[in-house]
Amino acid sequence: MAKIGEVIESAAAIAKGMGITFKEMLQPTITEAYPDGPAELAERYRGAHVLQRDENGLEKCVACFLCAAACPANCIYIEAAENTDAVRFSGGERYAKVYNIDYNRCIFCGYCVEACPTDAITHGHGFELASYSTASLIYTKEQMLVPLAESGQPASQHNPAPAGAAGKVPTY
Amino acid sequence: MNFYIVSLIKIALVFAIFMTTLAYLQWVERKVLAHIQSRTGPLRVGPHGLMQPLADVFKLLTKEDLLPPYVSRFFYLLAPFIAVSLALIAISIIPFGPEIDVFGYRTYMQISDVNVGILFILAIAAVSVYGVALAGWSSNNKYSLLGGLRSSAQMISYELPFTLVIVSPLLLANHLSLRSIVDSQAGYYLGFIPRWSIFQIPFPQIFAFIIFMIAGFAETNRVPFDLPEAENELVAGFHTEYSSMKFACFFMAEYANMVTITCIATTLFLGGWHPLFPAPYSNWIAPLVFFVAAILCFIAGVQNVRKRDRYTFPVFGIAFLILAAIFAVPLFWQVTMPIFWFCAKVGFLLFTYIWVRGTLPRFRYDQLMKFAWTFLFPCALINLLLTALFVAVF
Repeated sequence: MAKIGEVIESAAAIAKGMGITFKEMLQPTITEAYPDGPAELAERYRGAHVLQRDENGLEKCVACFLCAAACPANCIYIEAAENTDAVRFSGGERYAKVYNIDYNRCIFCGYCVEACPTDAITHGHGFELASYSTASLIYTKEQMLVPLAESGQPASQHNPAPAGAAGKVPTY
Repeated sequence: MNFYIVSLIKIALVFAIFMTTLAYLQWVERKVLAHIQSRTGPLRVGPHGLMQPLADVFKLLTKEDLLPPYVSRFFYLLAPFIAVSLALIAISIIPFGPEIDVFGYRTYMQISDVNVGILFILAIAAVSVYGVALAGWSSNNKYSLLGGLRSSAQMISYELPFTLVIVSPLLLANHLSLRSIVDSQAGYYLGFIPRWSIFQIPFPQIFAFIIFMIAGFAETNRVPFDLPEAENELVAGFHTEYSSMKFACFFMAEYANMVTITCIATTLFLGGWHPLFPAPYSNWIAPLVFFVAAILCFIAGVQNVRKRDRYTFPVFGIAFLILAAIFAVPLFWQVTMPIFWFCAKVGFLLFTYIWVRGTLPRFRYDQLMKFAWTFLFPCALINLLLTALFVAVF
């Protein structure tokens, strides 16, 4: 009799398992339709870098070289230049005249983002960086900078522009 | 003369449909398994991966046909041939429907009715183990040899309960010809319970049916009895050394065996082409099913995010509507209804095969043997004795 009970128990267990798989089959799939649809990235995904602007539309980067110093792959190249009252690019004293990231070498570790004192460099969600030529993988400042609003005016007008900056914001 | 022409037409029809079924059974299997695992399965070759079987066939045809230097040449080449030809032969005696009238010529929906049909099937099933065993031996590879040995041992063990449970519905039907067996299951008790073997008085064959299906899993080397090709211990088992079309032959043989076993199960236990409930009402099931499928396709087409699905789903919906229309014409019912009910039963059993594959893990080898000899075999024997007793008494 014990044997029959065992058989019934096993049959019930199998039936339960079959029920679970059948229910699972009717659930929606979790596969992303990436090449056909948009990729779903986590909020803090470390993609290609984005250089931020402040509320006046000026570049946040003040060319302090801390990101280049923090970079373990040595892929950030910066040339600094002085802001003048006539032509002003950033809120600070200096600005990055050249800011290149070599994506042949970048390992997306995020140390540059952590090192930046002005939160100028951040990770975006761009990840489709593949290219047939290594030369095109060196991104310049113009490629990474957040674009200005269409009018050429700063994105936000809540704070007045610093002295001498009015109308002189460069557009790309 | 007429007989030969009609036979040739029937063979061509059955062969074409059978081969297409084999190809698409693999697509269905991949889809169902994928959905059980929350994946989508083939999706990129054609709409919903529907061209995937075709792509696979082309891939396998164009692969290099490798002949390893260390194999026993003759048997190595013979093995896939045996496996696939024997697997395909068995379908020739399956009855798909009753006698029909095509332009005044009366014929059976069956290639040939062997009067010892069941014995023929058993013989074919017993010989088909040679394909696997020879493949394992001639490959001169330890994995192949072990796979072949396991397959032989397993098939011989499961042949016993398999044969014993086949005998029980034979006692009820009193015939060996498959067509007569199906005919004996016609009609209904109390006007609505079908007289299929699994419901038939004096002794319903429900246990026989379950044992038949379990032994069928083992006969076709399917999960949970796929010991001969256990990939984590034996690479690919008996077909490790096979490539290109020779591999495809084994692959095809496995699916052909699956279809054959389910066809036999339908014929013996589920009343072949006889509908679930009496005729005037059951005839509307088919158009209804296709109509619902069409509606579901249209709904899915509207809801789907992928751009091309918005076109493919409605196209499938229209195809289903056309099918529903064809199946709703009373003029065609003598042909369409038996085929629908037969295919529905076979399709359900095939789905069960795939469903079980998505659920159960593989047996250990000693468990497999113990299960066959200490559980299935006695159960089949008891079932046979009880059936014989009831048939003799009533």
